Amino acid sequence: MKIHEYQGKELLKQFGMTVPTGIPCFSVDEAVKAAEELGKTLGTKVWVVKAQIHAGGRGKGGGVKVAKSLDEVRQYASQILGMQLITHQTSATGQKVNRLLIEEGADIKKEYYLAVLTDRATQKVAIMASSEGGMDIEEVAHATPEKILKEFIDPLVGVTDQQALLLAQGIGVPAASQADAVQQIKALYTCYMETDASLAEINPLILEGSGKIKALDAKFNFDPNALFRHPEIVAYRDLDEEDPAEIEASKFDLAYISLDGNIGCLVNGAGLAMATMDTIKLFGAEPANFLDVGGGATTEKVTEAFKIMLKNPAVKGILVNIFGGIMKCDTIANGVVTAARETHLSVPLVVRMKGTNEDLGKQILKDSGLPIISADTMADAATKIVAALRQESR
Amino acid sequence: MSILIDKNTKVITQGITGKTGQFHTEKCQEYANGKNCFVAGVNPKKAGESIFNIPIYASVKEAQSETGATVSVIYVPPAGAADAIWEACEADLDLAICITEGIPVRDMLMVRNKMKKKVAAGGKETLLLGPNCPGLITPDEIKIGIMPGHIHRKGRIGVVSRSGTLTYEAVAQLTEIGLGQSSAVGIGGDPINGLKHIDIMRMFNEDPETDAVIMIGEIGGPDEADAALWCKAHMKKPIVGFIAGVTAPAGKRMGHAGALISGGADTAEAKLAVMEDCGFKVTRNPSEMAKLLKAML
Repeated sequence: MKIHEYQGKELLKQFGMTVPTGIPCFSVDEAVKAAEELGKTLGTKVWVVKAQIHAGGRGKGGGVKVAKSLDEVRQYASQILGMQLITHQTSATGQKVNRLLIEEGADIKKEYYLAVLTDRATQKVAIMASSEGGMDIEEVAHATPEKILKEFIDPLVGVTDQQALLLAQGIGVPAASQADAVQQIKALYTCYMETDASLAEINPLILEGSGKIKALDAKFNFDPNALFRHPEIVAYRDLDEEDPAEIEASKFDLAYISLDGNIGCLVNGAGLAMATMDTIKLFGAEPANFLDVGGGATTEKVTEAFKIMLKNPAVKGILVNIFGGIMKCDTIANGVVTAARETHLSVPLVVRMKGTNEDLGKQILKDSGLPIISADTMADAATKIVAALRQESR
Repeated sequence: MSILIDKNTKVITQGITGKTGQFHTEKCQEYANGKNCFVAGVNPKKAGESIFNIPIYASVKEAQSETGATVSVIYVPPAGAADAIWEACEADLDLAICITEGIPVRDMLMVRNKMKKKVAAGGKETLLLGPNCPGLITPDEIKIGIMPGHIHRKGRIGVVSRSGTLTYEAVAQLTEIGLGQSSAVGIGGDPINGLKHIDIMRMFNEDPETDAVIMIGEIGGPDEADAALWCKAHMKKPIVGFIAGVTAPAGKRMGHAGALISGGADTAEAKLAVMEDCGFKVTRNPSEMAKLLKAML
């Protein structure tokens, strides 16, 4: 689960990291008022107007502006609020900006990069730091990998002063600010662990003219498996940032992800679902979604899954691929028939069922009188749905 | 022979009294020598009772010392599952198989480091399979986990995969063309797990009753590439490889917590390329895994 920058900074502050003072806003008037308030309380004369969306690359997309007067704050806030912000991490149509962060400007002397994540290979927590802050870190990793430093932290011990100091020195933090940097790194690590984050990224982490180290941005991702013990993180969830189809699917315990193709697929098991999508592509079409109905699919779940897939106007055909293990093929077949009837299915439907009670399932589909195309293998199913689509478009 | 388990293995079930635990324990008991293999259950609140004629003990340690079991299977719900793994480890079992899906990554991180620390300090190593896995089966001998037993046939092909249903897919294809399995192993879809592809490939390589292997992977993480590089140097048996997720977009978690492309090296194409370089027969068509393998025998 992702959160907004301003929410991330609230978290960072709670864990002792230094962040600029800022106020989240939902309207242009609020933005101007927030800027006035920062001017009054802190003497701020330069403000940063920042679009709050979950995707990165906001600056390049025109979602971050520096304002030197209240008029400019008003001007930029009106420009950014409500815009469709397009970045390399959004879809081609971009993400609508509904929230702004008005922040005191910072006196940036140097920009660094700092991130915490879990390293699968070592099964440790990795702290990554670089002297090349403010840039796309993937580009830095590609062009100059030697400029990215990593320390692996034993979670049973936690980050030591020594490890944090090595990183601070390694990225070139001046001697006078190293003690501050060590504290900031340790605070970020603690925040990461305590909140069950899966990524905490500060880009840039800055050195101010005063010598202070500050987090100028905050990007977080949280482990969905751990949200049950973090109501404070769940409260940060912003449904406007999520795909409505994915939200709807999650209500029924379906794992759904929208894709760009035109063949909806309904599969049990994440690995088999990906393999089915890949097979569709291999046979010349593109999947419209990833959809894992999981191990305990009921008629209700299958029906909801059909409804969610069919809400996507791009869907021109559906491929169901079920491996019946504990879940029996006849149960699924009944679900598919009910779903097809309830949704008045008008696009071609290919069903491939394998495993427990396979024959019974196939008979149910046949007896339904619905124009369901039966297939024996994934490849057969993909061939048949692609052919059916060609037929339709003729 | 087979890998990790056989008909003489004695198993403790942690979480035997829960709905999932009960359902699958009964299925496992019904399979092959299961009646004799599943010898103990654990639930501190129900110690002294029994279920399906299996005695319930207060702790894994007690179950182990009373029955001599060496393996445990875990169906404990996510919030307590990592503690259950640690309990199996503290009882010095040979192997803990964790079926539970949805364990917080931090809990797995902590327990994996505790397990490694124990071994580093000279303690006995308990292997971990999973979490979020279907378990493993040695056909016609023993099934520990949630896979459908009836699709398997005894034979000489090893199967290893992160995904449950994709393991079943490979097994069913093999059985259909007359090739049985020595063992089929699901290592699970989580980012922090126990046994990895490389460990299972090592075991299949050393198992005299395994002639060839189907290795199935997914997007995300370095495990399949690590295994492929090891196989290039050591593996003496033919391997068919498949990686799911060619069509998966970067930055999206495809169901499994571990199936998430984070850099360039863990895409399906990148992994397939490494596997091909290392002498695997790779396919982009998951429907022909067994057919390809048969052609290599």
